Amino acid sequence: MRRPICEDDLLAFVDGALDDERRFEVETYLASDDRAMSRVSTYRNQSAALRQSLDYVAREPVPSRLNIRNIVDGRSRRRLFSAWQVAAAATVFLAIGGTCGWISRDLTSMPSAGVAALAIEASASYQAFAGDLVRPVEFRPDTRDELAILASETIGGPARVPDLSASGFRLMGGRVVPTAHGPGFMWMYDDDKGTRLVMMTRRMEVDKDSTMREAKKGNVNAWTWSQAGIGYSMVSAKSAPELKSIADAAKAQILPI
Amino acid sequence: MEELISQIEPMIPALRRYARGLLGDIDTADDVVQDCLEKVVAHWSRRKNDDPRTWVFTILHNLAANKLRQRSRRGISVDIDDVQDTLFASEPTQDRNLFGKEVLTAMETLPEDQKGILLLVSVEDLTYGEASKILRVPVGTVMSRLSRAREKLRQALEKPKANRANLRSVK
Repeated sequence: MRRPICEDDLLAFVDGALDDERRFEVETYLASDDRAMSRVSTYRNQSAALRQSLDYVAREPVPSRLNIRNIVDGRSRRRLFSAWQVAAAATVFLAIGGTCGWISRDLTSMPSAGVAALAIEASASYQAFAGDLVRPVEFRPDTRDELAILASETIGGPARVPDLSASGFRLMGGRVVPTAHGPGFMWMYDDDKGTRLVMMTRRMEVDKDSTMREAKKGNVNAWTWSQAGIGYSMVSAKSAPELKSIADAAKAQILPI
Repeated sequence: MEELISQIEPMIPALRRYARGLLGDIDTADDVVQDCLEKVVAHWSRRKNDDPRTWVFTILHNLAANKLRQRSRRGISVDIDDVQDTLFASEPTQDRNLFGKEVLTAMETLPEDQKGILLLVSVEDLTYGEASKILRVPVGTVMSRLSRAREKLRQALEKPKANRANLRSVK
């Protein structure tokens, strides 16, 4: 028996993506259905018109600021320079680290449980994904609620995804992240300047209800808290006080359920 | 780096065309293509096994989508001296291609994801599979968005002229 013709076949016909046999079947079908035939030819005209009216861009000479050779050259020169900067900075940090390392109880001291552990896990997610240009998040749902459902399913408890638009941050999407304390869910926001902010949640066995705690690693700050057995951590390169006020706003939206 | 240049250089005209289609004006489009090329150069060694064209288009699409989101929050601001050049310039093909101009204008009303799919498939000749990788959605979603985009364009273009004039001034 022949497979029925479906909408996808008509689209693939427009785009020349069918094999010969299927194309013949679609042609036979179109010959008997005027409306479908007129739709298909409208779609083909649309494609041709779009191609024609944008093609001048591709035929123009490429502006010199888009010359890939210049961009490659510029970068290797900058890289050489920054290698020296990095070396100089490392020397300074070594000196400071040697003398002042004992003052700061930071993320490198590796606590194994509670909100301090969550802060480390969240900051690891930040390090891994905030700089990722291609695939920072796995899910890009249309609404916060959809993401909250995914997060809740992942961690096996009621998770909320706050709206940070009052602070200028838009939700990008989220992903599942493994932690030493069970599955976690991370989601990311960005602002108009491209600054990224990460939040992470998981269930808490230790520190089920904790006030907000600060953690810091390099120039990355984290504020972490928990309520009713669900932990949240917010991580970003923003300054600790700025991030605190965003975290307070988030916490106010995530009331215990 | 020679490999990078030989793979990327031939793509640049198409990258500009795609960005121009999504963003609507060539200056913003070139800004985004420049950002994209800088990221391509910086991350070339980390591209894994992805097909270079799909990988580069993914970066370009994400940058352009960010730009569109910023713009929808801020509104378009244009220096009055530039208006002549950017918004009202008559591009070389437009006089000869009135229908093309109408299709481009109608496309402005589509959401960004539908615009992206339409351009990738109809103009850049990518397969549904490649478009699905670039936009990070399943092939089924590519098909349904493409179908919606084409149907919306058809309806917009079949409206009486008077309504279309209104549609354009809203932009």
